[in-house]
Amino acid sequence: MTGFRLKSGGAIDRGKPLGFSFDGRTLHGFRGDTLASALLANGERLVARSFKYHRPRGIMSAGIEETSALVTIGSGARTIPNTLASTEELVEGLEAHSQHCWPNLRFDLGAINQLSARLFSAGFYYKTFMGPGNSPKSWLFYERFIRRAAGLGVASREPDPDHYESCEASCDLLVIGAGPAGIEAARVAAEAGLDVILVERDFALGGGLLQESEAIEGINARGWLLTRERSLRGASNVRVLSRTMAFGLYDHGVAGLVERLQPAAGVRERFWIVRAKRIVLAAGALERPLIFGNNDRPGVMLTSALRAYVNRWGVAAGTRIVIATNNDSAYAAASDIARAGIATMLLDAREDVSGPLPEMAKSAGVELRLGGVPVRAIGRQSVRALEVARIDGKAGETIDCDAMGMSGGWSPTQHLLSQRGVRPVWNETLAAFLPGEAREPVRCIGAATGIWRTDDCARSGRAAGAEAAHALGRSAPKEDFPAPGGWDYPIRPWIFGGIKGKAFVDIQNDVTFGDVRQACHEGYDAPELLKRYTTLGMATDQGRTSAVNALAVIAKLRGGPLDAIGTTTFRPPFAPVSIGALAGAERDQHLLPTRRSPMHDALVTQGARMLETGLWLRPWFYPQGTETVDEAYLREMRLVREAVGICDVSTLGKIAVQGPDAGELLDRVYVNAFKSLAIGKARYGVMLRDDGIVMDDGTSWRLGEHEYFMTTTTANAGKVMAWLEELLEMRWPDLRVAVTSVTDQWAGASVAGPLARDLLQALVADLDFSNDAFPFMGVREGSFNGVPCRIARISFSGELAYEIYVPADHGQELWRALLDGATARRGGAYGLEALGALRIEKGHVGGPELDGRATLDDLGLGRMASTKKAFIGGVLRTRPDLQRKDRPQLVGLVPVTKGEIFKGGSILCEGGNETGHGLGWVTSVTESPSLGHWVGIGLLKGGLSEWGGRTLLADDPIRGRRTLVKVVAPHFLDPEGKRLNG
Amino acid sequence: MLRINCPFCGERDHSEFTYGGDANIAYPELSAPLEAWIEAVYVRSNPKGPHRERWQHSDGCRLWLIVERDTLTHAITRVEPARTAIPGLMK
Amino acid sequence: MSRYSALALLKHAITGRPWPRAWRDPAPKERYEAIIVGGGGHGLATAYYLAKEFGIRDVAVLEKGYIGSGNVGRNTTIVRSNYMLPGATEFYDFSLKLWNTLAHDLNFNVMFSPRGQILLLHSPDALDSAARRGNIMRRHGIAARLLDRAAMQELVPHLDYRPTARFPIWGGLMQPTAGTARHDAVVWGYARAASELGVDIIQNCEVTGFVRQGGRITGVETSRGRIMAAKTGIAVAGHTSRLGEMAGLRLPIESHLLQAFVSEPLKPLLDYVIGFGGHGHFYISQSDKGGMVFGGDLDMYNSYAQRGNLPVVRDVAALAVSLMPCLGRVRLLRHWAGVMDMTMDGSHIISKSPVDGLYLNGGWCYGGFKATPASGWCFAHLMARDQPDPLSVPFSLDRFARGAIVDEAGSGPTPRLH
Repeated sequence: MTGFRLKSGGAIDRGKPLGFSFDGRTLHGFRGDTLASALLANGERLVARSFKYHRPRGIMSAGIEETSALVTIGSGARTIPNTLASTEELVEGLEAHSQHCWPNLRFDLGAINQLSARLFSAGFYYKTFMGPGNSPKSWLFYERFIRRAAGLGVASREPDPDHYESCEASCDLLVIGAGPAGIEAARVAAEAGLDVILVERDFALGGGLLQESEAIEGINARGWLLTRERSLRGASNVRVLSRTMAFGLYDHGVAGLVERLQPAAGVRERFWIVRAKRIVLAAGALERPLIFGNNDRPGVMLTSALRAYVNRWGVAAGTRIVIATNNDSAYAAASDIARAGIATMLLDAREDVSGPLPEMAKSAGVELRLGGVPVRAIGRQSVRALEVARIDGKAGETIDCDAMGMSGGWSPTQHLLSQRGVRPVWNETLAAFLPGEAREPVRCIGAATGIWRTDDCARSGRAAGAEAAHALGRSAPKEDFPAPGGWDYPIRPWIFGGIKGKAFVDIQNDVTFGDVRQACHEGYDAPELLKRYTTLGMATDQGRTSAVNALAVIAKLRGGPLDAIGTTTFRPPFAPVSIGALAGAERDQHLLPTRRSPMHDALVTQGARMLETGLWLRPWFYPQGTETVDEAYLREMRLVREAVGICDVSTLGKIAVQGPDAGELLDRVYVNAFKSLAIGKARYGVMLRDDGIVMDDGTSWRLGEHEYFMTTTTANAGKVMAWLEELLEMRWPDLRVAVTSVTDQWAGASVAGPLARDLLQALVADLDFSNDAFPFMGVREGSFNGVPCRIARISFSGELAYEIYVPADHGQELWRALLDGATARRGGAYGLEALGALRIEKGHVGGPELDGRATLDDLGLGRMASTKKAFIGGVLRTRPDLQRKDRPQLVGLVPVTKGEIFKGGSILCEGGNETGHGLGWVTSVTESPSLGHWVGIGLLKGGLSEWGGRTLLADDPIRGRRTLVKVVAPHFLDPEGKRLNG
Repeated sequence: MLRINCPFCGERDHSEFTYGGDANIAYPELSAPLEAWIEAVYVRSNPKGPHRERWQHSDGCRLWLIVERDTLTHAITRVEPARTAIPGLMK
Repeated sequence: MSRYSALALLKHAITGRPWPRAWRDPAPKERYEAIIVGGGGHGLATAYYLAKEFGIRDVAVLEKGYIGSGNVGRNTTIVRSNYMLPGATEFYDFSLKLWNTLAHDLNFNVMFSPRGQILLLHSPDALDSAARRGNIMRRHGIAARLLDRAAMQELVPHLDYRPTARFPIWGGLMQPTAGTARHDAVVWGYARAASELGVDIIQNCEVTGFVRQGGRITGVETSRGRIMAAKTGIAVAGHTSRLGEMAGLRLPIESHLLQAFVSEPLKPLLDYVIGFGGHGHFYISQSDKGGMVFGGDLDMYNSYAQRGNLPVVRDVAALAVSLMPCLGRVRLLRHWAGVMDMTMDGSHIISKSPVDGLYLNGGWCYGGFKATPASGWCFAHLMARDQPDPLSVPFSLDRFARGAIVDEAGSGPTPRLH
């Protein structure tokens, strides 16, 4: 006989039947069921296969500690593998599948592994799969099969179609766990006026109260719960979050929670980040399994689970149940089960139990056997009988049963405290780890502190609520924290010598008593070593039910006290949380902001093909018809060289540097002089890092006595701004300078080409653009369509060129005016690709050269460094290795055979020397329509002085290209700068 | 999450701030000897325990703060502005 | 030592004979020829190569806790050698060569699995700079392939190739010979092999100070008493500054947190190791057990706490689902943090220290795992011969003063940015 629904009882709504499926079979349950309770009620006992041996597994628990009943929920893109049946709330239409078995659950070929179980001992894979030969190919071969055999469920490869959100909250007191302790803590704190968040993982509040039948403080538990829940939910200063798991406690009182929402919400899960002044942990305690042969058989369950299924869900796991225990807690459980009309036998390892406890059980109809322990469960796909022995080692009897309970004591749930680095303290009397002293305002209460009596749990909750209130300056009735414990007779933990068959310590990961023994023999006897060697505690349950048992086994084998062994540290999350929930809504397009220039819409309307650089969307090229980028940029370059081109440069960093010491600041930051720069002039500057390596370059314009307008590269805009702020605040607080980022305030365009002057003169009538009135490097402020604009005559393309800036709101207006003007002059827009190509033709350095490793001298800019003033990086740039003559230095490169192409990233070397680092590398290349061949710049050891005029190989094995190139000066076009002054 | 009590903006998550390293480093004069610069730029005490460090409230007031924080427990014991006076503006 | 093999497994299975200890558990002697402080991968590898390659077997490895309790047991297990700068390329290439035969050399299956690693490329410029890296690799005999978008789509079809992808995939740089290894097995394998060669591995032995005689370090004070040695090497990355301080050294190192993440075990979902280095860092692979193993950036503040904070958890999760959108429903099983020695140029230090008798191995930033064999070899060479192996010459402590920095990221002297 397997499980069935009892005629009455349970907190399910028998008026609300729900249909669901398991492995394609349609089954029914009720609202209030979990998938596990519904499966049990339908007589489904075999629900899963184990990780390593593919042993048949059923439902072991009624909660988060489940080791066995892992199933896959849903299908297609909504598949969720490895879901605990015991915590999955039953909903209409729920689709569950068994996993990790083939061809099916009942007949699983993987079970053949059981036959060679002795070969598959702990860590066997470290001892074999190494040959033949000594290359890793052998392992690659075996690994393919091992990878397929490992893993549990199958994840979908389709994008997750669901939505997630995150939510930030603050509170005075965060209470984690809504059992009697947590509820009372929340109530008392709330009554004292604190802002409280109460979190419960389950879909119902109550914790242990839901599973038990005792009265609490003299009141019927259900009634007590109903009253409390109603008042908490009604209080304006309490937020009750059910279906919400606190998965992690982080520094400074910050907790991470994940709330599971109803499908109607349109959001699958919500990630809460809660900042709490104080935290109360009331996470309860988990029952431990017992270690005996076949303790993993379907039908072998935790006693608390058997009880919960009867009391909360009205489900019996079998008709003849044997419960094996070593402590008092099983007595109440056995009594509840017997009272539900199920033949129940209680097997207590202890021989000296008498008085009211056994009397209560007996009067409920429990058959009591003292001094006995289970040795082996009998039955293959389901338990049929139990072989027991006397605790003193004598052989016992075989008892028929169709389900079995294990009660090996209780482990207070302290994962969250452990995450905070608080080490638990072993309590020998209770055979449990109790919470250690926390340095932070985090208080553990209830069963999580080893308090076993429900009334005491509630009292500890009130004490914690009052404590929080007092700490935050509120008044509340003071209550003392009760002492842990509460049993009539001491627990008697045992590790029995005469176990028969496979006795699992970690059921989910198939780690047996024998595995642990073997690992200890081999020296892996520290808890962390044991865990890593045997995988004990590393399954999805993270050792919830196995950790303490494993320590007990080590203690027995090593012969010392358990607390001398140490523990492992629990890591977040408390239980697995979906990665989607942690990501929240800040994913995909919302992962990081996309930055758009103030001219963006005008560019896109015009047909620009955009490319993201940094976080900016910039016009890459402006295709005409079916033009590719390689065709378009050449045409765009010609526009610039022959007529006039316009390019959006709004993305350049722009910083207003203002104040009496503005010039002094720039003098310290740039290698060259700026204090001496005349008002109305701009200058190209280079700045170094402290270590003497080039950080950024750009022009700064002197607008007034105390005002400069600094421009930076697009890539380094943020970095330079932060750097200036840091220098002013941390190093030079005496400088009277303010720096303000005005990157977003100005829209800018470069206007370049022989007709640039003509074009601008037509748009900005109040300025005289003649060569005398507006010389090279001049800066002027004028007006465009009635709005102020600033213009500098600067050029990176080698053409007569200007940069014009207008307030960002007028960016599109400026762009359209420039475009009309350029088009009328047979010019047009050019994009990033052409911009880069134009600067390469002139040998100007850009991103690929400013790689964070180059010095001023490497880039051929050493002569810019002032000798009259000190500047950042000036000292460390003199270090001997930065001054070596054989450092890679900037050179120009042209193909020896005119028609040949070479690419960025090629390695420069002498022909015939095609291994190693070579002499340097090609940084940037472009086809030059003006010259009719490709040109490039690169960094070459020894530079022009050593290699000028000589031929090298641009070796590009990864793209299968080898090109002979000649080393030339890095400016290919108009080296005299005639066009610039045109 | 570290919570840093910015004297200008109030208590905020550390993700609003940018870390700036050891605040005990005294950067030398720009023309100081090479050894002084090597010491300032490359050598760190890197204590396990109390640490005076610099944070910029980059997503807030953008001011630099000196924070005393324990590198083992992460407990913050003191936060103050780096610049206590701005010439001509703030005393 | 009982040799590990399939046959031995079979014999033990049939006879039920217990396996012997993997490494001996001796009490510390009063004196050794050499002491290695730190029973992690690098320390144990150093001891192994000292004994095996340099004939120094009178060696003790002193470990504060249990062996492998530091970063070697906390990393994301990636082994690759796609380094570009002189010094780094050669060092990691040598390391990869040692990885290839490591299981055999140690007679311990470290599960080095060169399944291939792919660095995602998200712009035309990134393709060019990856080409430089790939070319350098190829010219050192390291396999490298530049993949275009179509090739990427074929190899890893479930990355985000949708038009809505935040960072469109332009291609990838693949090192087909890179992959992962079982990190703990590396520790145990080195420990077992070193122990077999005579090295004493002393666990639960914390070094509390150095013994000095005439300006020279001649031993260490430990929680298990004073232990003397002519040569002491420290390999305690994460805590190098602390050991250095005991010896009066101030080092170019900051300790930072790096978090790592693992999901629940799944049937094979990802064959390759995938890396992303654009706006933020992200890397992911799937372990043999089925867990998706992934990580991202540092927590960005000095710390010795072996636990990280939520902002990085969120960032890493967001990158995970943005790059591989099917991961949304996959559940995170565990996340943890290790303490990294971050140096001022992002490269490690294998060097004599300014104090005689003391040798330094540290500053591994977050690349220490893949370096383990070469690090051990080079450090053993340095300690045995008092001369650096040519491969570790570029990584001396004095390189900062000389300006001979090895800065793969180009981030400058800001440790957290490497």
